[in-house]
Amino acid sequence: MQNDFWYAIPLIVSVSLVYAATRHEEMSLIWRHALRAGTWILGLMSLILAVLFVISNYIV
Amino acid sequence: MPVSKSTEPQDTLELKDLAFAGVLAWLIPGAGHFYQGRHAKATIFCACILGLFVFGMTLGDGRVVYAQWEPAKYRRWPYLCQVGVGLPSLPALVTSYRGADTFFGTKMYTVPDWNSPGPDMPSELDELHNSLNRRFEMGTVYTMIAGLLNILVIYDAVAGPAYGLSRRRPPDEDDKQAAKKEPTAAEA
Repeated sequence: MQNDFWYAIPLIVSVSLVYAATRHEEMSLIWRHALRAGTWILGLMSLILAVLFVISNYIV
Repeated sequence: MPVSKSTEPQDTLELKDLAFAGVLAWLIPGAGHFYQGRHAKATIFCACILGLFVFGMTLGDGRVVYAQWEPAKYRRWPYLCQVGVGLPSLPALVTSYRGADTFFGTKMYTVPDWNSPGPDMPSELDELHNSLNRRFEMGTVYTMIAGLLNILVIYDAVAGPAYGLSRRRPPDEDDKQAAKKEPTAAEA
């Protein structure tokens, strides 16, 4: 079964890397910031997904 | 040579020819940074932004990047973001300006016809949405994000990294802190 959520992965990775790279010059800091940013984005999107899932299945 | 202050290990960052680097950064993502000798970051920017753009174009069969202003109902607003990628998105402007139906023998970058050929017959734009389904919007989103990310890259090429609000304490404060601790350690 096709899962559209996989389309988010390249976006999250690229956005995190580019954003982190525009905040630092040193590569180790870039990787670290990118990992943190990507985790944040993934976590926030997962939270929003959970909220929408609950709303669509149990409330509406 | 313009210099920006840094809070990272190196004290200053010398950036070469800001305006030219900015233009290069727009034309080809990462090229401005290659020009300035910041090769690692250039590679990251080039791979990520061009990767997103190419993937988006692939998803949309090359039909998601086109420039159309009139009629207003079919105005292609996403192109305002896609143009941020630079050279890879400029052929759309050329084909739109010339009113071309093809781009080197392909339908890439061309404006899909919104007029229906007959009653109850789908237009080329309708056919595109029918055949590509969600891939049309997905490809549009990917290419838009690539363009928007390149705006950050252009800023980085022109003004250096946008360091966060947290700053290291000035060296003289660090020395004072160390000086305060030393007598305590000696006493212990």
